[in-house]
Formats: sequence, structure tokens, C-alpha cells
Amino acid sequence: MRIIELEVNGKKTEVAIDERESLADTLRERLHLTSVKKGCEVGECGACTVLVDGKAVDSCIYLTLWAAGHKVLTVEGITGPGGELSAVQQAFVDEAAVQCGFCTPGLIMTAVEIVGTGRRYTREELRKMISGHLCRCTGYQNILNAIERVVNETHKAVGK
Amino acid sequence: MGIGQSLKRVDAYEKVTGRAKYTDDLAPAGALVAKVVRSTIANGRVLAFDLHKASLIPGVVRIFTCFDVPDIPFPTAGHPWSTDPAHQDVADRKLLNERVRIYGDDIAVVVADNALAAEQAAGLIGVEYETYPPCTDAEKAMQEGEHPLHEACPDNLLKHTVSQAGSFSFDALSKEKDLCVLQANYTTQVVQHCHIEPPVSYAYMDSGRVVVVTSTQIPHIVRRVVGQALGLPFGMVRVIKPYIGGGFGNKQEVLYEPLNAWLTTKLGGRAVKLELSREETFFGTRVRHAMAFSIKSAIRSDGRLVAREGWARSNQGGYASHGHSIVANAANAFRMLYQDEAGHHFDAYTVYTNLSSGGAMRGYGIPQIIFALESHMDDLALAVGADPIDLRMQNCMKEGYVDPGTGITCHSSGLLECLEKGRKATDWDSKRRAYQNQDGPLRKGIGMAIFCYKTGVYPISLETASARLLLNQDGSVDLQLGATEIGQGGDTVFTQMAAETIGIPESMVHIQSTQDTDTAPFDTGAYASRQTYVTGMAIKQTAEQFRQKLLRYAAGYYKKELENLDIQEGFLVEKDPQKRIGPLSEMAMEAFYSLENAQHITAETTHHCKENTFSFGVCFAEIEVDIPVGKIRIVNLLNLHDSGILINPQLAEAQVHGGMSMGLGYGLTEQLLFGEDARPLNGNLLDYKLPTSMDTPELQARFVETDDPTGPYGNKSLGEPPCIPVAPAVRNALLHATGVGINRLPLNPQNLVEHFLHAGLIEAKTVEGGRQDV
Repeated sequence: MRIIELEVNGKKTEVAIDERESLADTLRERLHLTSVKKGCEVGECGACTVLVDGKAVDSCIYLTLWAAGHKVLTVEGITGPGGELSAVQQAFVDEAAVQCGFCTPGLIMTAVEIVGTGRRYTREELRKMISGHLCRCTGYQNILNAIERVVNETHKAVGK
Repeated sequence: MGIGQSLKRVDAYEKVTGRAKYTDDLAPAGALVAKVVRSTIANGRVLAFDLHKASLIPGVVRIFTCFDVPDIPFPTAGHPWSTDPAHQDVADRKLLNERVRIYGDDIAVVVADNALAAEQAAGLIGVEYETYPPCTDAEKAMQEGEHPLHEACPDNLLKHTVSQAGSFSFDALSKEKDLCVLQANYTTQVVQHCHIEPPVSYAYMDSGRVVVVTSTQIPHIVRRVVGQALGLPFGMVRVIKPYIGGGFGNKQEVLYEPLNAWLTTKLGGRAVKLELSREETFFGTRVRHAMAFSIKSAIRSDGRLVAREGWARSNQGGYASHGHSIVANAANAFRMLYQDEAGHHFDAYTVYTNLSSGGAMRGYGIPQIIFALESHMDDLALAVGADPIDLRMQNCMKEGYVDPGTGITCHSSGLLECLEKGRKATDWDSKRRAYQNQDGPLRKGIGMAIFCYKTGVYPISLETASARLLLNQDGSVDLQLGATEIGQGGDTVFTQMAAETIGIPESMVHIQSTQDTDTAPFDTGAYASRQTYVTGMAIKQTAEQFRQKLLRYAAGYYKKELENLDIQEGFLVEKDPQKRIGPLSEMAMEAFYSLENAQHITAETTHHCKENTFSFGVCFAEIEVDIPVGKIRIVNLLNLHDSGILINPQLAEAQVHGGMSMGLGYGLTEQLLFGEDARPLNGNLLDYKLPTSMDTPELQARFVETDDPTGPYGNKSLGEPPCIPVAPAVRNALLHATGVGINRLPLNPQNLVEHFLHAGLIEAKTVEGGRQDV
């Protein structure tokens, strides 16, 4: 076991880990952030996606050790202190982009990364940017609608 | 709000905040971890184990083998129990199996205090086998006899049934002039559900009872099967179903819950978690059956179908699972969708092989038969020079049809309107003309395919659902069901139904999303696209009774005429003259705390459904095919559905998108491959080509709403149908583009190039070094 320090959802956190363990396991088992889902554990499905220093990673194939000293963001960290939904989460609700919900937190984190770039993207570019996520329920249609909407709205707001 | 409104999902907030708890999120810290030891052969028998090395791994608690488990065969299919022994599911496996029938069969299990130890120990167990040659081919399996998979089936034939109507002879028919006779074979591949949440459960004992928390579509059925498998009275088993990350039929099966439940009983009631890896999920759970078909038809030059005959051979894999019912469902659809002037004959066979076992998967045999039948219809259209839409309109099931096999009546049909709308929306007629006689490497085509789908399983099996409504002090109600939300939006539409019938806004309905067999009233669960129909009937009936109880109490409390009272938008009102009396909360507080007449107003009823009806739909696919590389690009994809009245249009559309994507994967890329030794070759999400967002085109969903007289709110089945017609629509578009009809799925480049070479569309040439190139 080894104690490391990292920032999780805006909070400095010390956690004792097994050096072999994945960030997904640390977040789920030790920090109880169960929005991080495991669908394959080999980086194929994207359900465990979190942001490390603003960049989306498959946390199931990302050693926790690598995150030491860095900032980790999960869906729990983008919900407001009073439970308010962020723009990305609200767009997923409004566009019916949620079905079974298992791929949802990971996709939302990728959407947060996309929105964070402050750029506008074509539908085809967005398709490519979310292609690391597998979803069996939605055919990606409403997920793309949600992300496209929030990207456009954010761009509009920033443009002002 | 109410019926027909796009209420936002009642579980959306929990899901977008990551607060929705799935089974693994709830597993207690410190739960023991079970890992199944899997056979490394596909056919044979376990003779002995060497557990020495495995037992030395620190953290290993116990190892159980197939020689330790109770001698109780049990069935796994998520069907309602049948009180008729002849209709009960085949019980052909034990908790762990000594006789190995598939690669990765469950032969032992390690329980450890952590996952790593369990996995490490499982890999160190030595196994001595007696091996038999594996057989993956259903036709061959029927001829072999030396080592049948199951003693009860010496020729590996699980079942054979015949569907027959009218009398005709193709010999006689082929002599008639003005008749065209056409025969072809069609085959479909093995695919897997690929729900993103792997199968997982944990079990523990509480007050002497076994509790199983599991990712399932069918909690009440899990309870019964666990009871059967362990020899326990059903009341000693409690099953809890939290949120589940997709099922698509794979979780309409009781696979590992019985083993998990048994483990906790052997370990003093300690909590034991059993989760499958993605790779285990591919071969160790269920797959969609590969089927082979022959269809032969006689058709008049005016397009009238005269007679059809055919057979289907369903590759069951090693265990019976849902057994013959899936190919029997396919045989029913063959009969139902088109009416033949003289009659039809269809043989359906289910054959055990050493492949991964086939089970329920979205559409239950219908995607397979519809690929064959709708491909065949386009071949017939070509043969008699008919327009594919016209040919279907002429011969398809119409309103009023009564199925001779099941008695199911077509109470409503929007199929013809779906076809008309699709013809117009896709510019069908001009595109059919424009894409004729193309040459060059890039060609376009447009095709379509239709389907019909039952709503629930009556009269083949029991249909029953229950609902419970409880009044709260604020006038809101708790809605409790045995029906399950599995991602499809069930909880949202159930909420809308209850609100509509009681007369309150949806915000006043609190649905219990977790099913716990201790509190959830009996319902068989999520399958057969049955819940909005059958559970909907139970909700409507219960809500009507509940509403009457509220009105009766109000009449006494407010001293008003019962007949003149109504509940609207959460208020008690007088109808004539229209006047609000007070909010339901006022009366509810009185009902709870009255010193004269206190009562908890509740209602609970069971609806035993003895009705069924058909939903319909069509897929239109416009494609561009790159002939030299054999690649299909989808230009336009449109599904039109008649699922009766839509309870929630936005969620209905979302459901269609997901089905279209699954249908497209089936049509273009997905196939689970097996080696000669029956070992899966691509059982992971990298090598198994599940469609990504890059592989999926824009998906268009439209509806024709009929008001079905039997549907509780005019509604019919919707969950499974959208995946059904996509693959044949694409295949027919390819036929239109190239003149090449491909009768084998999936339509991937390898398959296309092989057919294009054969058809002379591309030539094989030998390049330097002797490599054959195209």
C-alpha cells in the first residue's frame, strides 16, 4: 500500500492504494464515487471515463499512481452544491439521451471535455470525439443531439 | 402532462448525476468474491480436479467443484412457470456441470476475499477431462450420435414442430402457367446482447433467508428458479433488482444467481459477489441463435402469394435456455405476416451443438425469420417484376386477421399507412427508377422490409401483472410494481399511466424503481415488449379502483354526491357545475388522521391478461456501396412504426433509435465467431464489431398511431420491434444497387466481396508474389 495525494472533484484527497490498482477501482472502491462504471475493464467501452487535468481517460486502464498530484473530475464533481445540473447534464435529460444510464456518466465527462474546449464542432467531428464510448440503448442519436446542443449554447454564451 | 406527452424520464436526474445505484454500486464492502472456473474444452466430461496450487493462494476461502453441488437439474429461461409439465422449461443443467457442453462451461468456482486472489486461484486449478469432438454445426449435430450433448436427446434434436395450413403440392403448382416458383436458403449469425453493464449479483443471508441482489429483468422469476435450483421453498428466497445497465433479453435468464445464492448458504450467509468479465459475458451467458432457413414460394404473375413452404434450423448451443420457443416464434411470424392463397408448411428444428447457448434477445427469433422472409419477398418481387412495397401491401396481414395457430387477432394495423408514408418520405418511386442500371464502382440502392410483432406472450404462456397504489398524506401516491425498468423507460410511462387514470399530475406519483420480491407485487418482468400492455392493464385497473376509493371517501368527507365528483390535476372537483372542492392533500390528511374514519387508502389488483395484438413497422434503407472494397455506406435510414398510441413520444423515438442501431449492427458488422474447437474467437468489445458512433448514421424514427382497442391506453408493443426490419432492408437495398442478393448475415466487406467476385462485379487478379487480390 502507498499513500498518494490527488485532487478529486475539487478537493485535496489522500488515499492509500495498491500500486497496481486502476483509477477506476480507487474512485469506486476507496472514494465511493460509483458514477464511474466498469463495462469491460480493458478500455473498450468508455463507461469509466473521467477527466484527469481536463482530459478524458479510461480510468479502468489508468493507474491511480499516474493521477498522483493531478486533478480528477467525475460526474459527482460537476453537479452543483445544491444538486443543480450542469448544462451538459441538463441537455442529456432534455434530449432523452439517457436510457439504461450505464454509459451516461462516462459520456457526460467526454462531453464536458468537448464543451471545455470552447470550440464549435460539426456533427461528424462530434461523432468521432465520442466514438470511444459504446452505448447499446440509444444508437447515439440523442446523445449527439444533447452534446451538439450544449456545445452550440455554450459557444453562443461565450461569444457574447 | 398525461398520456401522449413527452414527460422527462423519472430516473434521468439520478442517472445524469451518477447517483443511480446499480448492483455493483450497492455490494457491501468486504463481500467475498466468486470466480467461475471455466472449461477449456467445449465437449467432454470432467474427470478430476487438482486444487492444490489454487488453495495455496492467500485470500482463497473455499473452492467448490461440479462434484460438490446438489444433484438438482434446473431450467434457466425467464419464462413464467407452467402448471402443465409438458410446457415447463427444459431443466438441463446443475449449478456446476460435470458434463462439459460449451467452451467455458461452469465446472468449478473459487471464493476468495478479493477479486485478484479469486482470479489467480481459478487459473491455477488443474482439470483432467475426457474429451469428445466438438460440433458447432446444427446440421451435422443432428447426424452425430456417439456423444449426444444431453442423454434425453440422442440426435441432439431438442424439438421439432410443424406449422401447416391448407393443402397444396409444389409439383402440381409448378405445372400451372402464370405461376413462378422460387426457392432460396438464408442464414443468420451468432450475435450478443452487449448490454454495457456486465451480469452481476451478490447474495447473503438475512434472518435465515437467502437474499440475492442482481442485475435482472425478471426478479420474481429469479426467485422461483433460485428456489428450484437450491431445493428451497420460494418464500425463503428474496430477490432485489436495483437499476440495471441494459438487458436486451440476456437478463431474462437466471444464469448465475442460483450459484451465487448457493455459495452464501455454504459460507455461513456471508455476502458473496459474482460478476462476469466482458469476455465471460460473450460466451458464458446467452447469444442470439444462428439460424438457417429454406423458403420456397409459389407466386402468381400478379403478385399474389399462392403457397410457401420452408424450414428453420436453430443452433441452440449447449443448453436449452429458452429452448424451442424462439424458433417457434419465428415459425409463427412466417405464417402471420403474409397470407397464402392455398396454404403454407413450415418445419422448425432446435438443435443442440457445442456453441455458446442461444437465448432470448430483443425480437426473440423474429429478426432471424424477417431477414430470411423479407429477403425472399424482394427476390419474389424481382422475379415477377413487382414493386416491393406493392407486393407487401397485396399479401401482408390486414386488420381483422385471426391467426389460426394462436388465435391472436389483428385488432388494429397502421402497416399500410407506414408503407405509404415511407414511400413518400424516401422518394421511393423515383429512387427505384433512378438507381436502375447503374455501372461503376459506387452504386446506390433503396430497399425496405416489414414486420409484425405480438404484444406479450399470451396465449403461448401466462400473462399476468399486478400493481399497488398507496396514498400519502400530501395526496401523492406510491406506485409499486413487479414490472421492471431496464432502460427502456418503463418507470416513466407507468408513472404517466397512473397519473392519467387517477387524475393527478405525474409529480404526485412516486414510483418504486427497485423491485424487491418482499414488497413488489407479482409481475413476470421485462420481456416480450409486454409491460406497457400487460402491466399497463394492471396499472389502469388498479388506478381506477384507487380513484373510486378516493372519490367515495371524499363524498363522505365533503358530503357531496359521489356521481358528481371527479379528480382533476390533483384536486377534487364537482363536475356540474364545474368547481374545485379542495386539493387531494386536504382529504388525504383527513383519511390518515380522522378521529371518526381513519383509513389508509390503497388499491392492489392483478390483471390476468387474456388478450394480444400486433404491432407493425417498416424500415427503409438507402445505401451506397463501394463495390471493389465491399463496403456499404448508409445514406438514409428510416423506421416507421405502428405501436398504437404512444404513451411518451420522445421516449418512443429514443427506443426506436436504439433498436435501429442494434439492427444495423446485426446487418453490417456484428458476429461472434467460433473456431473448429468451438472456442469463441472475438469475444471482446474490440474484436466484436459493436457499432460505435462512427458506424451509426443519422437515425430517423416516425410513427403511425392507431388506437388499439385492446391496449390499456390504445398502446401496443414497441420495445423490441425497432431492431427487426433493418438488416433485410439494407440487404434489399444492396440487391437494388447491384443485382446481387446476399442471403447470409452480416453484410460485411468479406461477405460482399465474395459475392461480388462470384457475380462477376469484380475480378480476382494475381499480383506479384502470388497473392490473390481483387
